[in-house]
Amino acid sequence: MRLFVQFLLDGMSTGAVYALIALGFVIIFKASEVVTFAHGGVLSVGGYLIWYSRAHWFNHKGQANFWLSLTVGILGAAALGLLVERLLVRRMQGRNAGIIGVCIMTLGLDVVLETYTNYGVGKSGKESLDFANPWGIGAHRFGGVFLGDARIAAMLIGSTIIAGLFLWLKYTDWGISMRAAAADREAAALMGIKLGRVSSVAWILAGALATVAALFLAAAPAPGFDGLTGRLAFKAFPAAILGGLDSPSGALAGGLIVGISEAMFKGYESHLRFLGRGFSSVVPYVVMLAVLFFRPTGLFGTREARRA
Amino acid sequence: MPKSLKLILLAVLAFAVLYIPFGVPERSWLTPLNLAAAAAVGAIGLNILLGFTGQLSLAHPFFLAIGAYGYTFLSADHDPITKAASAGEKLRGLGLHPLMSMVIIVIVTGVFGGLLSPIAGRLKGIYLGIATLGLVFLTDHLLQNVKTVTGGFNGRRVPVMDLGYTKIAECRPKACSSSMFGSSIKWGSPEKLWYFQVILVALAFVLARNMMKGRPGRALQSIRDGETAASVMGVNLTRYRAYAFMVSAMFAGLSGVMYALANGNVTPPEFGVDSGASYLAMVVIGGVGSLVGPVIGAFFVKMLPDLIQRNSEHLTWLVAGPNDPNGLKPLSVARFIYGGLIILLLLFEDGGLAGLVRRIRHRRVNGGSMAGADSGEPSGTPLPNQQTGGVLI
Repeated sequence: MRLFVQFLLDGMSTGAVYALIALGFVIIFKASEVVTFAHGGVLSVGGYLIWYSRAHWFNHKGQANFWLSLTVGILGAAALGLLVERLLVRRMQGRNAGIIGVCIMTLGLDVVLETYTNYGVGKSGKESLDFANPWGIGAHRFGGVFLGDARIAAMLIGSTIIAGLFLWLKYTDWGISMRAAAADREAAALMGIKLGRVSSVAWILAGALATVAALFLAAAPAPGFDGLTGRLAFKAFPAAILGGLDSPSGALAGGLIVGISEAMFKGYESHLRFLGRGFSSVVPYVVMLAVLFFRPTGLFGTREARRA
Repeated sequence: MPKSLKLILLAVLAFAVLYIPFGVPERSWLTPLNLAAAAAVGAIGLNILLGFTGQLSLAHPFFLAIGAYGYTFLSADHDPITKAASAGEKLRGLGLHPLMSMVIIVIVTGVFGGLLSPIAGRLKGIYLGIATLGLVFLTDHLLQNVKTVTGGFNGRRVPVMDLGYTKIAECRPKACSSSMFGSSIKWGSPEKLWYFQVILVALAFVLARNMMKGRPGRALQSIRDGETAASVMGVNLTRYRAYAFMVSAMFAGLSGVMYALANGNVTPPEFGVDSGASYLAMVVIGGVGSLVGPVIGAFFVKMLPDLIQRNSEHLTWLVAGPNDPNGLKPLSVARFIYGGLIILLLLFEDGGLAGLVRRIRHRRVNGGSMAGADSGEPSGTPLPNQQTGGVLI
């Protein structure tokens, strides 16, 4: 039982991080009707910027300012999101390109961004980059359960951001116009909602969320940020799909399902030998395929969500 | 284009292709060329799905893996020499004739493709793309863990092709260069394999061309251009979608076998997400919905890293030398180029290179006007837009 609680909490902590990424997918899909395969690339650029700014700009006498560099990373990824939306996505949509075309374009973009960060990591001469986050590798003990400080931070900060996002979507003008745009684009446009601006905001937000996720994906127990961190964003695909691509609360549920099932299969791996080593890392996709087989638009997705 | 000119061009092309083994500066060029020929067949197959049917599938590496590993498994004997590294298990094999293994595994891949199609029928558009992405990760897990068949992380060696009168043995260039027509011309396995691969590519191309220009091709294109309209016209959606998945998978299976033969061994990383993305790159760069396009795209994407590496002394501003750890590796440069090309082509010319050529030719023929399509040419199409009614917001 103690172990079960341990795995559950670990899973919830990674689940919160997956949910941050999945929410990016969902917001972008709702606002601009695009599924971006470049999210992993944006995530790794954000992460790389955190490290780069700390190592090269804010490193006076070895006293690196973590919060400053985190801000740079978040702003950088948000700006990248804006650029992608303005220069690439909107232009393609202006030419009436189909959703599949835009998706393949983002896949090409992902190749470019991932190659860039891989090159950067390789040039640093290190195996993995250390963000020097304030949580380090410390841990706290609650009853019989050990929780890493970084995991606690991921859970707390992740859930705060997610809660804030939901409130933002529900109550602010921006949030309302985003939901209106997702519900019915023509009607929203006729009501005076600027669809282009809504779409830009979505990409900016998604970039920022992805960078926060990058921070925690690279924190303990992971050794640090490396060329493969961006690849973990692919695991948020199952999270987003599970919940239904057009449902933010679905993304949260999907993230938790993915995180917890992964942690469980990893924790109990010794009992599940027949599934092969490292099965936990493919569990998200197995769960996704199973759910999609019975509910082709996810658990919480609306039927109208089919857009292609 | 007049028919006689077309024939002459075709003859020149055929001669060039057949001359390649003797024309390349070094024999080591033949390995990437053979790999590119293998990829060409896979790209033709993916284009049937993406370009003609309008289905986004990232599952191509899954079918490639079935082809490559399946061929190896069927044709290998129980391997007494290579042990699966960690487990100490022996690698299994059925010891069938290589040619027969190839035929069997292509059919098996087709069956797998057919099995995928009912699932694909339930998932629309982008959901299908992401679901197939999951399949690729699952493939990787299986390749790493079913060690008696796949050899696990280290992969396994591929049995050589046996054509009855000659074996295309895997060998180092020096060891097997029996000379032909005097001493200067080398004649060994890479050369034989090249001709073997060229025949297969030509066969695959003609097959795809006939299918796509005939009734099934038109049915698939009508599905792509609007499912409702297609079904009203009497196209059986389920049947033709299954057909597209099956045919596409069979091409991928054959491509996998060819890859295995050209590479000499098979390892899991070759069948990952990156590979799926690079096949999409081949199709997009060559021209979605064009017949020759994917072949050109495949050679471009597959040869690019080698071309850069072999010319790195002329490209010092771009590529790092072997002793410079800080510079860009040739593979990274190639990835930048093809990733960037995908973006640019989709932004500005979504017919790919084939579309670009067509556009230039039309401009010349029609004095600048884009109207009027060449009668015999397959028309390149913009990327599929499945929503009935045509325009996607």
